[in-house]
Amino acid sequence: MRTCLIGLICIAALLLAGTALPRWLTFLLTMSFANGIVALGIMLLMRSGVVSFGQGLVFATGGYTAALGFGVLGISDGLLLTLGGGLVAALLAAPFAWLIARYRGIFFAMLTLALSMVMYGLLVKSTAFGGSDGLNIGRVSYLGMRPADAWVGYANYAVTVVVVGIVSILMRVYFDSVRGLVALSARDNEIRVEYLGSSVQSLIATNFIIAAFCGGVGGALAVIALGHVEPDYSYWTRSGDFVFVAILAGHHSVLAAFIASVALELVRSFSSAYFPHSWQLAMGLFLLAVIRFLPTGIGSLWAVRTRSTSTKRGAA
Amino acid sequence: MALLLTILVDGLTYASWLFIVALGLTLVFGILKILNVAHGSFYALGAYAAASMVAWFASMQLAPAFSIVAMLLAAVVVAAVVAPLCERGLLRMFYGRDEVLLVLVTFALFLIMEDLTKQIWGVNPLYVADPYMLFGMVEIGELSYVGYDFMLVLVALIVGVSVWWGLNRTRFGKLVLVVIHNEEIAASMGVNVSRIYTVAFSVGIFLAALGGAFTAPMISVQPGVSVGVIIISFAVVIIGGLGSIPGAAVGALIVGMARSAAVHLWPVAELFSIYLVMAIVLMFRPEGLFQRVQARKI
Repeated sequence: MRTCLIGLICIAALLLAGTALPRWLTFLLTMSFANGIVALGIMLLMRSGVVSFGQGLVFATGGYTAALGFGVLGISDGLLLTLGGGLVAALLAAPFAWLIARYRGIFFAMLTLALSMVMYGLLVKSTAFGGSDGLNIGRVSYLGMRPADAWVGYANYAVTVVVVGIVSILMRVYFDSVRGLVALSARDNEIRVEYLGSSVQSLIATNFIIAAFCGGVGGALAVIALGHVEPDYSYWTRSGDFVFVAILAGHHSVLAAFIASVALELVRSFSSAYFPHSWQLAMGLFLLAVIRFLPTGIGSLWAVRTRSTSTKRGAA
Repeated sequence: MALLLTILVDGLTYASWLFIVALGLTLVFGILKILNVAHGSFYALGAYAAASMVAWFASMQLAPAFSIVAMLLAAVVVAAVVAPLCERGLLRMFYGRDEVLLVLVTFALFLIMEDLTKQIWGVNPLYVADPYMLFGMVEIGELSYVGYDFMLVLVALIVGVSVWWGLNRTRFGKLVLVVIHNEEIAASMGVNVSRIYTVAFSVGIFLAALGGAFTAPMISVQPGVSVGVIIISFAVVIIGGLGSIPGAAVGALIVGMARSAAVHLWPVAELFSIYLVMAIVLMFRPEGLFQRVQARKI
C-alpha cells in the first residue's frame, strides 16, 4: 500500500513538473526512464544472483516491434505499441529462459551477451528490418487522440512516466512478495534455498521473462520518443550501459534505478557538449568508485536499514 | 574447388589474427580468473603505439624492414608501462571478489582507456601502411593475397608455441600452472603468487598489444577499434574454453572458418554465425570445447 502511494505521488509529481520543464529536459527524462526500466529488469535479475549482459536483445526487440507495428501493421496507438513491445520481447525470451536459468556468473553473462549479439548480427544484415539504417516510426496517438505539435514531447513524456511508474510499482510489490524475497535469498545462498524446497531455476527463469518484458517496454518507449530504431540497440555496448546503471543503482531501491539512469543521461548529454573526449573517462572512474566504495549501489544509501545503532546501544 | 581453397585460405589468415588477439584474453582468465573486457583497449593501445613507433622509426630513416621491430617494441612498451599499473594499481584491489564484479571493473577500465587513447593520439585515424607491403603479394590459384597476412600466420604459430613452451617447459611456467590449479596451496608452499599474477597479466597485455601492433598496418587506427575486437575475442575464447591455449587455437579456427564460409557462401550470416556458434557452445558445453568439466566446489 505504501509502495503504491509513494509510486503514485512520484508519478503525479513528475507529470506536474513536466509541464514546467523545458522540452529538452522532458525528452531527456523520457529517454532516461525508458532506459531505467530496462535497468530495473537487470536489477530484478541481480536480486536473483545473476547479471544479464544482453538486455540489448529485448530492448531492440521492443523497439523493432513498435516500429514494425507502426509501419507494417498500421497500429498507431502508443500504448498498444508499448504493450506489444513488452509482450513480444517476453515471448522471445521465454524459450531461452529455462535454458539460461541453468547458468550462473560469467556463463550467464556471456550467454545473454551472445544472444544479444546474434540478434545484432541478424538485424544488421537483414533488409526486411532496415539493415544497419534501422527503421523510423512516426508520431503515435494515445487512446485515439493525436497530440498537437507543441504537446507531442509532453505526451510521450507523460505516457512514459505513467507506464514506467506503474511497472515500477508492480516491480516493487513483486520484490517485497514472498517470491521476490526467496529470489533475494537465492542471491546469498542457492543451495540452502533449494534445500528448503524452492526451485532457483524456475525463479531465475521467471525473472528473466519479467526482465525481458521490462526491456521490451523500455525499448518501445525509447523508440516512440526518439522516432528511430537501429541494430545498435542490441549491441553489447548498449547492454553495458544498462548494466552500468543497474550496478550504480544497486539492487535495493527501485527509485535508484531511475535516479542512476537520469544521472547517466545528464552526464552524457552535457559532456558531449563540453568535454566530449573525457566523459567516458569520468564515467569509468565513477563506476570504479561505486564498485570500490559503494558496492551495493546508491540505493543502499537510503534503502538498507542498518543495525549499527542498536548494536552500539547494546554494547554501551 | 577454387572457392573451397579461397574459404580455407581466408579462414586461416583470419583465424591466425584471431588467435594472436584472443590468446592474451584466455591466458589472463586462466591464470587470474579475470574476464578482461579491457582486452580490446590494450589491443587498441598496441595499435596506436605501433603507429607512433613505426612513424618514429621511419623518421630516423631506417630500412622499412625495421618497422616489424618497431611494432614488437611498441607491444613491449605498452605491456611494460600499462600492465603493472593496471594490475597493481587497480585489479589488485578487487582480487577474490565475484567474477562478474571483476568483469565490471575491467568494463570501467575499458571506458577509461577509450578516452585516454583519444586524449593522447587524438580522434583522427592513423595509418601505418608501410609495413603492409613488406612481404609482397602471394599468388594462390587465381587470387593474389597480401604476404603480410601469411606472415601473421607464422607469427601466430610462433606465439602459440612460445606460450605453450613457456608454460610447460620452463620453471616459471610450472609455477604458473600450480597457481592456476590452486593458488592457496601454491602460496602456502612459498610461491610468490602476486608476482606471478603481475607477470601473467603483463604477458596477457603484451599479447593483446602485439595483436594490435601487427594489425595496425591492416586497418586505420581510430577510436572504436577496441569495441569489435573485444566481442570477437570473447567468442573465440568462450568457444575454445576459458583458460585453454589449444582451445584458443581451435576456437580461432572455428570462428575464422565459420566467418570465411559465411562471407563467401551466405553473406547475410557473416556477423551472427560467429555469435550463434558462441551461443550454441555455451548452451551445450559452457566450459568450452577444451575444458574439463569443473567439479563444483562448495
